[in-house]
Amino acid sequence: MIRDITLGQYYQADSVIHRLDPRVKLVATIGFIISLFVVDSWVGYVVAALFLACMIKLSKVPFRYMVKGMRAIVFILMITVVFNLFLTPGEPLVTVWKLTITKQGLRTAVMMAVRLSFLIVGSSLMTLTTTPNSLTDGMEKLMKPLKYVKVPVHEIAMMMSIALRFIPILLEETDKIMKAQIARGADFESGNLIKKAKAMVPLLVPLFISAFRRANDLAMAMEARCYRGGEHRTKMKPLCYHAADRIAYCVLLVYFAGCVAIRIFF
Amino acid sequence: MSLILDHVNYVYGEDTALAVHALKDVNLVIPDGQFIGLIGHTGSGKSTLVQHLNGLMKPTSGAVYFNGEDIHEKDYDKKQLRSKVGLVFQYPEHQLFEIDVFKDVCFGPKNLGLSQKEVELRAYAALKQVGLEDEYFYQSPFDLSGGQKRRVAIAGVLAMKPDILVLDEPTAGLDPKGRDEILDQIAKLKEETGITVILVSHSMEDVAKYVERIIVMNQGSVLYDDVPREVFKHYKELEQVGLAAPQVTYIMQALKKRGMPVDTAVTTIAEAKQEILRVLHR
Repeated sequence: MIRDITLGQYYQADSVIHRLDPRVKLVATIGFIISLFVVDSWVGYVVAALFLACMIKLSKVPFRYMVKGMRAIVFILMITVVFNLFLTPGEPLVTVWKLTITKQGLRTAVMMAVRLSFLIVGSSLMTLTTTPNSLTDGMEKLMKPLKYVKVPVHEIAMMMSIALRFIPILLEETDKIMKAQIARGADFESGNLIKKAKAMVPLLVPLFISAFRRANDLAMAMEARCYRGGEHRTKMKPLCYHAADRIAYCVLLVYFAGCVAIRIFF
Repeated sequence: MSLILDHVNYVYGEDTALAVHALKDVNLVIPDGQFIGLIGHTGSGKSTLVQHLNGLMKPTSGAVYFNGEDIHEKDYDKKQLRSKVGLVFQYPEHQLFEIDVFKDVCFGPKNLGLSQKEVELRAYAALKQVGLEDEYFYQSPFDLSGGQKRRVAIAGVLAMKPDILVLDEPTAGLDPKGRDEILDQIAKLKEETGITVILVSHSMEDVAKYVERIIVMNQGSVLYDDVPREVFKHYKELEQVGLAAPQVTYIMQALKKRGMPVDTAVTTIAEAKQEILRVLHR
């Protein structure tokens, strides 16, 4: 029941996007997010939409699959839209009771919705096409310069990859414990908020215990293999750029320059 | 009182590219008071099947009837069903959460809305049934040994007084001594209370000694459903699906091949000994 959450989970496929260096995808995602805030005209959004649509097409991830994973976000999106819609001062358009929709409000609300959904789709495209491991690898390499200012880059990357690795495991565990407690007559659905919160105890306690147990086991297994952090550690598959990655950087640069141009001229 | 599975199918991840047909047209009748072994290799669908027995999973097609009523009817009382069909999951000790053993066992009956007195009586009886000594009752369940934790978890289900007790791999991860203790305790419990027990396992050796009926699952469908001695006759086919008959079956088969006129259908070591002695006229 709980395993249906697909938001950002890796989708196995063989595409140009999948094969790109994770660093390219990271930079591209950040670039794309910035570009969304650079442009503020409809022309700009059309360009961004076209760019995103091309990337989705190239990634071979079914669009339906991506949208399915987004359902959880819709609620947050709605809140943003509603607040912007009613609370932006300006020229009134419609007035219902005490709520006034202004022209400016409508404009910001729609723009926010477009921006946010593009942002989410764009960044989930990265996680959908990149395995958590290569993602953290890329992050580690990108952040390498920070090492000189004593930022523990390798440790951060390792923590991230472990955290990501544990998400599906803990989801499965949650599902199992939930079922076990339901089999003992537990009720997670009915009742008021306090009753529901109380009903979570038989789920959360075993879940935390199991998380600690797993963390302990993992630490032990790492120690047993003489893990000592990032110092002098080599990689089996070191990241290096290929022709496709250079082309991707060029495409990104053109897109970004286009966005800046649109901002200036429209 | 009986449980009937009628043409049950279950597909994981329907409508996706990763759909897995986990149960294929499973038909079973589970009458009162039987001791049943449900055997299958990893991934044969046995865990999926047991979750259908108490309505935790809904069949993609087909129906499950308990005492003649369809358990997926709209106003069917699932909570009542789950108290009648007690399901003990794999590694049940991972579900313990209360501050002491006794309180944890009380969780099940308390959810049934019984009076405090009845809840405590049932919890006490259940802990006695699994053979846990009084001195552990008020300890934290997390301080107990693996075998003891598992007993507590089984007691947690027993305290709901089920008519059918389903145990999914109750011996997984236990040492041979712990395994025998748990299985003996379950057999004793079965004897005393007369409830239906379904023992899920991947090892014939474990269940051969206790059960009166064996259901063999393979790739989501029921391969054999018979008394142990009949099922073990198919020991060659069982090997093909990643299972094995108990070791005595192999010994008896080997003896027969060497020209000793023994009955190869014996299922336990004690029976085998009797049979060999009989043939040797001792």
